[in-house]
Amino acid sequence: MVTKPAERPESTGGLIRTLLTNRFSSIVIAVLLSLAATWIVISVMGVEPVRVFSIMLNGSVGSVDAVTQLLQSWVPLVLASSGLLFTFTAGLWNIGMEGQIEMGAIFAYGAIHFLSGTPLSGPLVIIIATFSGMLGGALWAYLVGLLKNYGNVNEIFGGLGFNFIADAVLLFLVYGPWKPAGVAQGSTKMIESQYWLPQLPGSYLSLWALGAAIVGILIVAVVLKGTYFGLKLKAVGKNAKASFMMGIPTSRYMLLSFILCGLFAGLAGSIQVTGFLHVLRNSISGSYGYVGLMVGMLANYQPWVVVPISLVFTALSKGATGLGIDLRLDSNLSGVIQGLLVIFVLLMEGVRNRLSRGSKGISHG
Amino acid sequence: MDNSLLASFGSIFTWAAPVVFAVMGETLTEKSGVINLSLNGSMILSAMAGFAVATTTGSFFWGFLAGAAVGALVAFIIAFMSIGLKQSQVAVGYVLTLATKSLAYFLGAPFVGKPVMQLSLVKIPFLDQLPILGPVIFNKDIVTYLSYLLVIVCYIWVFKTSKGLILQGIGEQPAAAFVRGANVNRLRYIYTIIGGALVGIGGAQYSLSVKTWNGQLTGIDGIGWIALAITIFGSWHPVRGALGSYFFVLLQWLGITLQPLMPNVNSRIFQVAPFPLMILALLFVNIGSADWVERTLAGLPEGGRKFVSRLIRGMRTHSPAALGTPFDNE
Repeated sequence: MVTKPAERPESTGGLIRTLLTNRFSSIVIAVLLSLAATWIVISVMGVEPVRVFSIMLNGSVGSVDAVTQLLQSWVPLVLASSGLLFTFTAGLWNIGMEGQIEMGAIFAYGAIHFLSGTPLSGPLVIIIATFSGMLGGALWAYLVGLLKNYGNVNEIFGGLGFNFIADAVLLFLVYGPWKPAGVAQGSTKMIESQYWLPQLPGSYLSLWALGAAIVGILIVAVVLKGTYFGLKLKAVGKNAKASFMMGIPTSRYMLLSFILCGLFAGLAGSIQVTGFLHVLRNSISGSYGYVGLMVGMLANYQPWVVVPISLVFTALSKGATGLGIDLRLDSNLSGVIQGLLVIFVLLMEGVRNRLSRGSKGISHG
Repeated sequence: MDNSLLASFGSIFTWAAPVVFAVMGETLTEKSGVINLSLNGSMILSAMAGFAVATTTGSFFWGFLAGAAVGALVAFIIAFMSIGLKQSQVAVGYVLTLATKSLAYFLGAPFVGKPVMQLSLVKIPFLDQLPILGPVIFNKDIVTYLSYLLVIVCYIWVFKTSKGLILQGIGEQPAAAFVRGANVNRLRYIYTIIGGALVGIGGAQYSLSVKTWNGQLTGIDGIGWIALAITIFGSWHPVRGALGSYFFVLLQWLGITLQPLMPNVNSRIFQVAPFPLMILALLFVNIGSADWVERTLAGLPEGGRKFVSRLIRGMRTHSPAALGTPFDNE
């Protein structure tokens, strides 16, 4: 059954087809569809969608204060998402990112906990804490990689398992050995201000953290796009069996991609401690790992695209926090919008592939 | 065992019902070759929808139907995106996990604090008089009874009927099944949607019998992931999957029961402990298929080798060969 849509006269059908098969316009359509779906979801709650959007816009970019907060929460997301490009490139789903961020925070806080009061200078302790955090993240990712390589446990379930364990470790520390004096409140005592990353006056934003995020994405871009290692990693991700036949030690490459990704997760976790919260507390990873996976999917292996997408995703999360106060709406709306965006992008991509595959089939036949 | 402990132990079967429903649903779906990764989100959303509809209409029937419909709808999206549009099942499933979870908390916020609606218990005449088994198994709500029945029905369907043989065929060797006349993709749609509906009933059971809807504090978060792990752990076999579900809930029950004995350890640790344990159990069932294990076993002395390798092979699971791969009938 071969139909020949290519021979149809140019009409509105032809225009729609062009719009659907063009990469840019199909993404625009995906964004519009997700906006429409969001509109419906908000209307169900009996609230004027325009009001919701204006509050979200205001809350994310409406003031200098909002923008500095936006950038501050953008840092861990961009680090998480760009780190995930290593594992995505190797064809792996590092769902354990969340636990790796937590471990980074635990290791960073632990370093400061043990070194505070020693004669070591503040900046030196911060540097040690940062590396310690990166080590923690990498270690946690390495364990998932080991389970995958030597235990045949799919990295999705291994990663989830280690997320749960990281949760348990964090709870144990926060309610146990590192509990501040007095009533347990799910948070350790604050680290001394000499161990804080320097912040812009009057804000939570640290230019050091921002710098780390930018350097991080540069490193990912260079490694993935400009080195032989990046190329081989891509080969492993595209076809592990063929790569192995070609002499690439695939399991070592996969483990390495886990470790690299874990380093980024650990860095994000340690910045949560030294640059923002200054304590260790429950759910310190802030879902950056889970959201980072969506950003990484949308980025489609392109490091630079991570920058704008993670900015939009952070803006959605930040903007939604004000909804509870003003409209008594749940802030999880941001997760709904983010999810809808990704789903519709995947949908339009599928439609585009299907249509272009169809026309290819005709030219071959 | 005194009566209160027995009654508390008996609650295991009610708690396990949502897990059993989800595991049976996912087993059917995965047997057909499709992974529905969205369980953790779709269960939360159907728990919310089930509770919301039940409290609004005052009817449990409509509540469970809404739960099933939500689960089926999410499953349909996965089937359409992966079978129809050839997108990655893992990617679509993962995004739906997050999206449906957020949607549940967003839409479900007004229903937090509404009066609890709980399925009433139905004693099965005569059987409830049995010592120990009576109160433990035969004094439950109707959906819990259905969960027992579901395991048996799934087992018979998959392994004892010709339709089940075709189901196994489209998950193992879709090309061969196609040649023999099975409409692979249509069957995959059907099994994904039916599986999703079962998952949805499990979610509704959670908010209408196990506990109630309480937004992010409902306590259902994480169970979907466990159900996915148990499906693997159960080697895609309904009975083994059901045993895995009861084992997981037993661990949860032990955590709660043992907690007073260890007052120094924070209670939340007992709550999360079963989750890593279940997932690490996957290590034991999967490790047998790793190359290095085969090599090490070959190097063991004759006497011990037989025992160890039989042990490891016995635990080893076998996944449907075409799981997660699309089928093109060209």
